Amino acid sequence: MNIFMAFKMAVDSVWSSKIRSLLTMLGIIIGVASVIILVNIVTAATLSMRTQLESMGTNLIQVTINNRGWGQTRSVSVKDIEQLTEENADLFSAVSPVVSGMGTIKYGTENVNTSITGVSETYIDIRSLEVEEGRFISENDIDNRSNVVVIGEYIRKQLFGTESPVGQTVKINNEKFTVIGLLKAASTNSSAGSSDDVMLLPYSRATRLVRNANINSFVVSAVSSDYMSEATDAIDNFLYKKFKSDDSYFVFNTAELIDTIDDALGVMSLLMAGIAGISLVVGGIGIMNIMLVTVTERTREIGIRKSIGAKRKSIITQFLIESAVISCIGGIIGIVVGVVGSYFVCRAMDMGAVPLSEQATVILGSFAFSALIGIFFGLYPANKAAKLNPIDALRND
Amino acid sequence: MIRIRNMYKIYTMGDVEVRALNGINLHIKPKEFVSIIGPSGSGKSTLMNMIGCLDTATSGDYWIDGIPVENMSEDDLAALRNEKIGFIFQGYNLLPKLSALENVELPLIYRGISPSRRRELAEAALVRVGMESRMHHKPKELSGGQQQRVAIARALSNKPSLILADEPTGALDSKTGIEVLQMMKDIHAEGNTVVLITHDSKIAAHAERIVTISDGQITSDTTSKEGIEA
Repeated sequence: MNIFMAFKMAVDSVWSSKIRSLLTMLGIIIGVASVIILVNIVTAATLSMRTQLESMGTNLIQVTINNRGWGQTRSVSVKDIEQLTEENADLFSAVSPVVSGMGTIKYGTENVNTSITGVSETYIDIRSLEVEEGRFISENDIDNRSNVVVIGEYIRKQLFGTESPVGQTVKINNEKFTVIGLLKAASTNSSAGSSDDVMLLPYSRATRLVRNANINSFVVSAVSSDYMSEATDAIDNFLYKKFKSDDSYFVFNTAELIDTIDDALGVMSLLMAGIAGISLVVGGIGIMNIMLVTVTERTREIGIRKSIGAKRKSIITQFLIESAVISCIGGIIGIVVGVVGSYFVCRAMDMGAVPLSEQATVILGSFAFSALIGIFFGLYPANKAAKLNPIDALRND
Repeated sequence: MIRIRNMYKIYTMGDVEVRALNGINLHIKPKEFVSIIGPSGSGKSTLMNMIGCLDTATSGDYWIDGIPVENMSEDDLAALRNEKIGFIFQGYNLLPKLSALENVELPLIYRGISPSRRRELAEAALVRVGMESRMHHKPKELSGGQQQRVAIARALSNKPSLILADEPTGALDSKTGIEVLQMMKDIHAEGNTVVLITHDSKIAAHAERIVTISDGQITSDTTSKEGIEA
């Protein structure tokens, strides 16, 4: 007897009791679908976090000086750090101080509460920003502490509506500023808290506005993402020399952060697959259970087959293929449910759908696993069937 | 064709020893039509299992077509059954999910015959028993007599050396029973060896040779020409 005939018999037998087969498959369907959905959710989260981080730039190093405790006024002067980057021009391409605070921007009767960021003229290149209208902050603005501001798309939308913002006078914390530029929108639906909800000022002016004389934060860009670790080390050494302690500053780069997140989510995704994999094993036990019932029910059939010449191997093959067919069909249905399900779950969670190419591993993996489970849990019942004595089997009514 | 020498089959049930076959000696020549008759518990079913290679004896020798059956593995016995023996059972024993044609094809599948040749042989066997118009029916769509005819076709499809019928008319009314018996006789007349096992002496009388078995031993072995003419 060849495999093809055995396969046809298995499919016929599965098809002839559809409800039972479907119920038998249910464990596998749920198992495969949940593996795919859970892994896809983690993948989608990883992808969206990556895109966000990568949009910040993969060659960025952020430096923050801690001023923990009362009366501590540690700081690094802009001059010092600029000197460092100039001396190591093979590693660093630019540096900008970052002065942060909160403020209210007001135009006419409209006002927006948002963050104030004081930066230098290099910031536009470091963060790969683009100016939609007007110009960016210049060196002159910094030297003169000019009352100028570059705004993001979200602020423009809130304050100006259809009007052009460039050249208008706004009030920031009740001081008059001139809008000199509008940044190109980072996304199509600019919302509060997004990267379009920004207000950039010359850092020299911002320190006064937020009443913080010390500059505690810098953003440095490395010449390329390949030099990240050397560049990070250089800054680290410089700050360690200055403060004699590595508690007082914090240096981190986005590449490292992406790696860390990738690692963490990779572990998470394995964990999820493992948990969902347990349900696959439970599904396999369900298949074994039903196959054992089937063997008992079909004792007479096995007796007939053996009496007319079926060998052990033929009977084992028949029952093994049957359980493998059940679990494979279950696996395929599970894949469809999982792929469609994760698409909708990702949409509901406001994450981009995971491209099918990214899902290939989990789809093929869970399918192979379910097929293996069908064979593994089919072995015992199939062997039981093959061992039946033809006389006893024929006598059974 | 069939030679049984000093065959014993002993079952032990607790402390009690049951001798189902107690020294059987039997020789069946090719193209014979033999009835084995005996009341229930006489050992005739055990003898049938032995002749049908479904079971092995405790001791004694058995040759079918000159092949010694003792000490064969289970798989070798299966191959032997497939090649040498066509079974006809009281309860027809057709597979309910398969059509008449598929049922008849089954022994040929286990024999490894190609699909086209298989179909040809199975159709020929169904034509032989007059079931060609119903070959795509499932067993439950057929009457008892029709099912038994499909079972006969299945027994014939492999062109076995021996047709072994176990109470073939037991589940049929007397009219269809006679039809089936007539068919057995026709098969015999075509040159097949037929062994018929029954408890009914009227049915046994259709054979040309009647072997009576009682308490695991052969008590009489007569050849009656009338049986063939009846």
